[in-house]
Amino acid sequence: MTAQAVPGTASQAVPGTVPGTVPETVPETVPPPWPQTRPGPAPEPAPRARPMTPAPYRVRSRRPDRADTVTLSLEPVRGRCAPALPGQFTMLYAAGVGEVPMSVSGRTRHGGYVHTVRAVGAVSEALCAKRPGEIIGVRGPFGTAWDLAAAEGLDVVVAAGGLGIAPLRPLVRELLRRRSGYGRISVIMGTRTPATLVYARELAHWREYGLDVQVTVDHPDPADAGWTGPVGLVTRLIDRVVFQPRSTFAYVCGPEPMMRATAAELTRRGVAPERVELSIERNMKCGIGWCGHCQLGPLMLCLDGPVVNYGRVAHLLAVREL
Amino acid sequence: MDAVVIRSLDPLIGELRSRGYTVVGPVSRDEVIRMSEIDAESDLPAGLTDEQAPGRYRLGPAGDGMFFGFAASPDSAKRFTQPPSRTLFRMHGETVEEPEEPAPKVALLGIRACDLAALAVQDRVFLGGRHPDPGYRRRRENLFLVAVNCAVPGGTCFCVSMGTGPRATSGYDLALTELAGPHRFVAEAGGERGAEILRLLPHDPATEADLHAAREVSRCAAEHMGRSVDTDGIKERVASAPESPQWQEVASRCLTCANCTMVCPTCFCTTVEDFTDLGDGTAGRTERWDSCFTLGFTEVGGAPVRGSGAARYRQWLTHKFSTWFDQFGTSGCIGCGRCITWCPVGIDVTEELAKLR
Ligand SMILES: Cc1cc2nc3c(=O)[nH]c(=O)nc-3n(C[C@H](O)[C@H](O)[C@H](O)COP(=O)(O)OP(=O)(O)OC[C@H]3O[C@@H](n4cnc5c(N)ncnc54)[C@H](O)[C@@H]3O)c2cc1C
Ligand code: SF4
Ligand code: SF4
Ligand code: FES
Repeated sequence: MTAQAVPGTASQAVPGTVPGTVPETVPETVPPPWPQTRPGPAPEPAPRARPMTPAPYRVRSRRPDRADTVTLSLEPVRGRCAPALPGQFTMLYAAGVGEVPMSVSGRTRHGGYVHTVRAVGAVSEALCAKRPGEIIGVRGPFGTAWDLAAAEGLDVVVAAGGLGIAPLRPLVRELLRRRSGYGRISVIMGTRTPATLVYARELAHWREYGLDVQVTVDHPDPADAGWTGPVGLVTRLIDRVVFQPRSTFAYVCGPEPMMRATAAELTRRGVAPERVELSIERNMKCGIGWCGHCQLGPLMLCLDGPVVNYGRVAHLLAVREL
Repeated sequence: MDAVVIRSLDPLIGELRSRGYTVVGPVSRDEVIRMSEIDAESDLPAGLTDEQAPGRYRLGPAGDGMFFGFAASPDSAKRFTQPPSRTLFRMHGETVEEPEEPAPKVALLGIRACDLAALAVQDRVFLGGRHPDPGYRRRRENLFLVAVNCAVPGGTCFCVSMGTGPRATSGYDLALTELAGPHRFVAEAGGERGAEILRLLPHDPATEADLHAAREVSRCAAEHMGRSVDTDGIKERVASAPESPQWQEVASRCLTCANCTMVCPTCFCTTVEDFTDLGDGTAGRTERWDSCFTLGFTEVGGAPVRGSGAARYRQWLTHKFSTWFDQFGTSGCIGCGRCITWCPVGIDVTEELAKLR
């Protein structure tokens, strides 16, 4: 649970520029490294008296991704936004509609948050409809972060199901920034159809930086005859990437059945359960331990999660409807 | 300050009112004891007692003229520390406004030992964590607590098992024990705030006989607990039973109506509601009590995590008696028995716990 620079790795940071056009607004390119720590005084969150009151942020840019997904970059109307560690989330508020948890998927070069939102219901639709200049309320960031230090010196497997890539994107960027601190790094990703793949360009960049990036789809879209890649569950990609199970750390996020299957398969191959981290989704109404909605047995996932250690929660995930 | 004897509550009520407190005490309304504003001791439900059993509450005459001859009522201090609903903020464009948090000065007259323990539990929930609730803190600080030691436990009480009663030992400003023949109260101060007021009231020093009689009230009450729970290893016992067939069995009776969580003095779960002023487009959020028994409580990805009644009952009971320890270092249940009395089908948590063995 740390994002501090590891001595000796800073000089190994990924190259500075990526070929091709750099988008003016939401950068899809790898640099600037994440989290983008700015020199100068510690960032001040916008003054906020009560923990349930959002701070107004302005949509700086909006980029529709594939299918029903939009990537927004948000900047505080007043003050600066608090630093976020890879894996943490914010509560995003669409005025008059509602507030939902959203993973921080990156930082803008101006110090704001990047969020990738899939429109699935009232609130996420309202968020996706926000145009540049419009206001979104933000609280946070909250929750636990991916444990980057625990994977040092090990091979790394990053497994994403669908939009599960959202909280993993800043993790991968941080791994790249500290590339020499890790062994082989593989990213395996499952998506419903080729058309629902998010961050397609970024995945391509990750390949350019030497990561083994593999994608599988549930259904090759008949309209997209171009799909020649694997079809089936993301667990099938475990065979296609190279790692030493006994010295591997895995980061997993996706629908719960996908995470259970992936974690089970990795541990079956000899990865220690304590070396698998998951990011668990639950109903969250507050993000700060007040509302009680996010409980998973003894855990309050807004405080003790969303990132949890599989070794410590496997017995909880095994209980149906807990 | 040593214990004293007072013969009327009116000077106390008057003193509290003169200090700006709204005095809230038990009153008989709609055949139930409710917590409501009182002006004088004549508002108290003198001579009434309650009969409580699973799914059953009856108020009737006791014929003794005592003011506090009943046990827990459906109201608890929760409604004053955590209002059933509150507006969190309003937002118009980039302007955010926080309405004044209600934090009235309230003196609760007649709060019982179990409910003092419930306040201590709430303090851990709302003040003990990483995100203390400033509104709760102000409301809590503005409460003046006049405890009354229970003389007649209800048929569903089990505070002795939970180690929370029947005698108030801490957390109060003043504690009263009501005695008959002649009708009087032994009064003790729990701190300087209470002592300061007590000194101003007409009083006599408590004699050894008064103190003995007061101790007898509590001893007698402790012997008449309606129910009991074996708390030995309870946290582990409940945690190890997620697959017990007992959950299915209780779910076949449970209506998932959420009554138990609404009357529980420690259940803290809330949800939020959004509104928009049609006049000027100002949006706002309201927080209100919620319950883990509702279907939408765990909805994620379009389906509830805890879809079955069995899973929801398991969450409730497991939280109260096991995972609350993990989260807050204490039991979530203080043994007031409200959830048993107010369950429309009379599900008895003490029985369910015994069956989990
Ligand atoms: C820690 C955390 C991080 C998250 N990060 C992200 C993120 O980065 N990007 C993102 O898009 N979402 C993320 N989510 C999920 C997001 O919070 C939900 O999609 C959102 O709450 C849905 O709210 P809504 O009001 O739009 O939909 P609701 O009104 O709650 O649901 C309406 C309908 O949408 C469907 N639906 C609801 N939620 C989902 C879902 N998760 N998946 C599929 N269908 C659903 C159902 O059919 C439902 O009936 C995260 C959740 C958590 C707990
Ligand atoms: S669980 Fe029942 S007995 Fe325990 S504190 Fe809550 S209402 Fe009272
Ligand atoms: S028992 Fe249910 S309603 Fe009560 S605090 Fe626990 S989760 Fe919330
Ligand atoms: S989201 Fe409210 S307690 Fe975790």
